[in-house]
Amino acid sequence: MEPEVYRNMGLTDEEYEKIKEILGREPNYVEVGMFSVMWSEHCGYKNSRPVLKLFPTDAPWVLQGPGENAGIIDIGDGQAVVFKIESHNHPSAIEPFQGSATGVGGIVRDIFTMGARPIALLDSLRFGTLDDPRTRYIMNGVVEGISFYGNCLGLPTVAGEVYFDRSYAGNPLVNAMAVGLINQKDIRRGTASGVGNSVMVIGAKTGRDGIHGATFASEELSEDSEERRPSVQVGDPFREKLLIEASLEIIKEDLIIGMQDMGAAGLTSSSCEMASRANTGMEIDVALVPRREEGMTPYEVMLSESQERMLVVPKKGSEEKVRAICERWGLDAVTIGKVTADGIMRIKDNGELVAEVPAKALTDECPVYERERLRPAYLNELQEKDFSSLAEPKDYGAVLLELLASPNLASKEWIYRQYDYMVRTDTVAGPGGDAAILRVKGTKKGLGLTTDGNGRYCYLDPELGGAIAVAEAARNLSCTGVKPLGITNCLNFGNPEKPEVAWQFYQAVIGMSKACKALQTPVTGGNVSFYNEIKEKAVYPTPVVGMVGLIKDIEKRCSLAFQNENDVLILLGETLPEIGGSEYLEVIHHQVAGKPPQLDLEKEVAVQEMTRQAIAEGLVTAAHDCAEGGLAITLAESAIAGKLGARVNLDSSLRPDYLLFSESQSRILLAVPPAAKEKVLNMAKEKGVPVAVIGHCSGDSLEVCINGDKVFDVDVEEMEKKWRESIPALMAG
Amino acid sequence: MKFGVIVFPGSNCDQDVYHVISEVLGKPVDYLWHGDTEVSGYDCLVLPGGFSYGDYLRSGAIARFAPIMPAVIDFANSGGLVLGICNGFQILLEAGLLPGAMRRNDCLQFRCQYTNLRVENDETPFTNLFKKGQVISIPIAHGEGNYYADEDTLKELEANKQIVFRYCDPSGEVTKEANPNGSVGNIAGIINRQGNVLGMMPHPERCAEVILGGTAGRELFASIVEWWERRK
Repeated sequence: MEPEVYRNMGLTDEEYEKIKEILGREPNYVEVGMFSVMWSEHCGYKNSRPVLKLFPTDAPWVLQGPGENAGIIDIGDGQAVVFKIESHNHPSAIEPFQGSATGVGGIVRDIFTMGARPIALLDSLRFGTLDDPRTRYIMNGVVEGISFYGNCLGLPTVAGEVYFDRSYAGNPLVNAMAVGLINQKDIRRGTASGVGNSVMVIGAKTGRDGIHGATFASEELSEDSEERRPSVQVGDPFREKLLIEASLEIIKEDLIIGMQDMGAAGLTSSSCEMASRANTGMEIDVALVPRREEGMTPYEVMLSESQERMLVVPKKGSEEKVRAICERWGLDAVTIGKVTADGIMRIKDNGELVAEVPAKALTDECPVYERERLRPAYLNELQEKDFSSLAEPKDYGAVLLELLASPNLASKEWIYRQYDYMVRTDTVAGPGGDAAILRVKGTKKGLGLTTDGNGRYCYLDPELGGAIAVAEAARNLSCTGVKPLGITNCLNFGNPEKPEVAWQFYQAVIGMSKACKALQTPVTGGNVSFYNEIKEKAVYPTPVVGMVGLIKDIEKRCSLAFQNENDVLILLGETLPEIGGSEYLEVIHHQVAGKPPQLDLEKEVAVQEMTRQAIAEGLVTAAHDCAEGGLAITLAESAIAGKLGARVNLDSSLRPDYLLFSESQSRILLAVPPAAKEKVLNMAKEKGVPVAVIGHCSGDSLEVCINGDKVFDVDVEEMEKKWRESIPALMAG
Repeated sequence: MKFGVIVFPGSNCDQDVYHVISEVLGKPVDYLWHGDTEVSGYDCLVLPGGFSYGDYLRSGAIARFAPIMPAVIDFANSGGLVLGICNGFQILLEAGLLPGAMRRNDCLQFRCQYTNLRVENDETPFTNLFKKGQVISIPIAHGEGNYYADEDTLKELEANKQIVFRYCDPSGEVTKEANPNGSVGNIAGIINRQGNVLGMMPHPERCAEVILGGTAGRELFASIVEWWERRK
């Protein structure tokens, strides 16, 4: 075969040689196509596998860790939560609407493939800055695409996060997370066992869309990427809604052995992965696959990434029942082959053999690369930056308002009001808080959901940034009274063939692993997205954490909103002069530099445990973590949410701007009724958590004094206006 | 009293309505499949929200041709109670059970938010537990809720007290700012001339329990039961 053919599909000369060695002959065109998608980074994780092994994945409550379509966590009463996050960055870069829409569609299929009823969506998004018209176009399209697909499915989009930075211009990050609920007895896995069993395709017909989508996801973006638009799939949420109902009915009737969504690499990946997991093979005739276009070649059918399709292995004799259920929902259900014993994928076209490859060669023998790692040269200069000569602001009220209007901190209502976040009537706490809480009907339980990740911290120190992403996600849950149980992650990085990127990736995984161990939130799965680069420039290394947790009595939840006049404000944790990597430093002083705030995981655990305990004992009326923007923004957000001001006095020897805007970790602001104050202070003392009474809720403005001297007093209404109107104004251009 | 919730392919608020009727009101309720042709034995039919048939073409435009619709129309014409919520309202318009049409929101975006509604008519089977002029809070979630009717139709609706809900501000003023989608006259819900078919864009099933942050929706469903009991 001409080297140009396989190189165009993303295979190297060495990889091609390995394929020849495995087959003992030259592969044909269809076979090379199959290898190229399965051995792409997107499907094969060839640059990340050894590093991902570092993640802790076990806990008594983990029912399914990495390796399946989604992770599963036990939430008691025979129930479990199924969840996963996945990227759709490259498609969204060149076709924002369809890119994000199909991102949602794909991740939802991963959930109901396991037998779970999807119940919620979250989205973690990164864009360039909103002064750039192209970025506004991308954000508009991405949000509309999520809205289009998620709303139509009847799934509430309940939480997420959005950050803006120039590093993401041209290469946005679109990470979609889906969450499902299941009775443990209904759990299904993506295996094709039982020699002689039928293999069926159910759902939509197959077209030419999305061919080589997985390959496209595994290369850098360039000026020619526009030409890849045909590699972006087109979503049909209505079809997916029908597919959900049909699949869940099929599972409920106990008609199948396994099923798998036909996402990236389509029929190729679903068939060989199901066979490989069961140590079986498959014989498929592509002529039997229902199509919506004429004249498709076997190559095109095997590589199509047409959406809304599932591969199903029914129990023997259940084919007709599966077909009847699908027909009721208006879906195709066609037997295209059978499970075989010899571990070989045999692809036929009208009976004629067109490909013959060992299933395991496609999945397990994917080459693995231990990439050379090198600490980037920029770090020394940035981390050692001296801020002592930083000019102190004169008007702290003005600085506070400017920060509230910074898109990273401003209200994201412009985005989430386009998402139906209430459908299914389980959303007890929706977007805009520290974490979303969903009730579990028929129980007193609630599920807590959040996503988190700070690319700026990771750029300045990937290990620390990775650890903070996990710690902050957990802190968000703890602030609502929810106990964190596990994470899924989406690791968005540049080209791993560059030693600096490989180093960032490794360090971030190390940091996340440490935090996951300390906080007892194992990794249950996720997705790696490399090659987030445009014109040779990588995005900030951005690991995103999607976390789930449980609150046993949902009536005991807590929100960030100040509730009552005279409630006492208590700050847990210590404020250190940590201005590096802060929002304040970037927005007010236009610098991205310094070291991110340090993280002491022992202290973090103690602060979170104490917060959850105080909330569970009914001592707390509001809780909010101190994150981007520091204590001043935390106070402002709680005041805005509760439409209630506060009088605050901070005793400290720190510079006022450090004290107000430092992003020191492991801090949580509590509001407690006066009668509960002593109890909470004692609890802090017992647990060794640093604690300070810093003021009380009162009035309609936020007044902050330092050592008795007033530094600002701003009306809550004025803060809210700045905070709420910023993104709509920017999007209006 | 027995309720039926019609399930079209793409309906996605069917389970939410079912939950409120069975768990909150404690009343008997069944799902009715779009492919059925019978609705006998039911006292109130609910057409729930969602995206019936994907809402491709135009919201509700395909659902009106569903096999069950002739039975729904007969049921309505013989005085049966019919409640269309969101996509259900759109279907009732397309089916000609209610006058007017729905356009895309004037902001050209989907909107999910709580809205304030002024109760304009408290004498219907669906609103008898409210008081005329009362402001209630019910959420919307739609991309095509921009109600339109020509001037003559609007006059008729006014004259016959067929406008049941209007979007308003918290004090009950019907203002442009309080209109989330551009509907003429801030109309959020209308009833047919005979007073037994209500269509509304807001979702009462989403605010029928304290834990969800509002209970106005429960009052609406309870009104239906109240009306039925009184009639007996």
